[in-house]
Amino acid sequence: MKGLTPIVKKVAQLMSGIIFVYGIYIVVHGHLTPGGAFAGGIILAGAFILLILAFGSEVIKLKKEETGSSITESLSILLTLILAIGGLFIGTKVFFNNYLPKGEIGELISAGAIPIYNILIGIEVAAAIITIFLALIIFKEEEEER
Amino acid sequence: MEILLTVILGFMIIGAIYALHANDLLSAVIAQGIVGYGLVICFLHLKAPDLAIVQIVVETITLIIMVAVVLDSSRKEIKGKIGFKSTVNIIVGLVFIGFLIYFFNMATGSLDVFGEHALRMSETYIEEGAQKTGAANLVTGILWDFRGYDTLGEATILFTAALGVLSVLRLKGKK
Repeated sequence: MKGLTPIVKKVAQLMSGIIFVYGIYIVVHGHLTPGGAFAGGIILAGAFILLILAFGSEVIKLKKEETGSSITESLSILLTLILAIGGLFIGTKVFFNNYLPKGEIGELISAGAIPIYNILIGIEVAAAIITIFLALIIFKEEEEER
Repeated sequence: MEILLTVILGFMIIGAIYALHANDLLSAVIAQGIVGYGLVICFLHLKAPDLAIVQIVVETITLIIMVAVVLDSSRKEIKGKIGFKSTVNIIVGLVFIGFLIYFFNMATGSLDVFGEHALRMSETYIEEGAQKTGAANLVTGILWDFRGYDTLGEATILFTAALGVLSVLRLKGKK
């Protein structure tokens, strides 16, 4: 895949950082403001997709990135499951039990395990979307090589 | 409120019909975008910002991927002739649409007025949700506490989709 013109590259460089920070904000504040893991995760993936579309596949080593993103995805959903299984041993002993201290409503660090679930699933969603996108691009390039 | 919704839904239906009949595949994809973005306005109008954010971002990214795919392919739609098989398909489709309209009519008669219906369970969620989950955003509280299994299932679906894409789209096998 070819990269685009220098103007698009510069704008993508400037914008993707802002988009990335906005995605992190949506994920971390998921239990306070509208948004959450799914919305924020896809915004995070969008920042990377913008960069990949603008710069093409010569600059970024896509094969390596794909391995990294699929490992990240699997690890984060595994951590979510471990956190959920932790509920079987603490407190009322129910799967998916919110066993961490709740804190004060409206604070950034509150709601027990919900922000941690949000962050983990946000990473998982972002990694999954990036993996699918990279798999499509790599498929096209491998087909062209034939 | 319902008039605005009806107008937006009408636009969405027009966009979907145009997407079916467009000669160029790129304009069909763009017309398909009308459906998605119209749905965003509907969600915002019905006071569901959580869903609207998800819908607008997913719609944008799918549109980008679809446009990239269409630009890379032939862009022309292949038209076939209407034979015996497609005639049977059309008749079956029309009969099915008739059944759907009939049963929707029957079902809407027994429902409450639009927007005034609240289940017995949801009243407890709305009143005590913030105290029980500790989350100020009620939607996230329900998603990760009362309906935690559903959300875990959703995350698993995405995980499985990525696995499927990776295993289908690999031309060179691993050594």
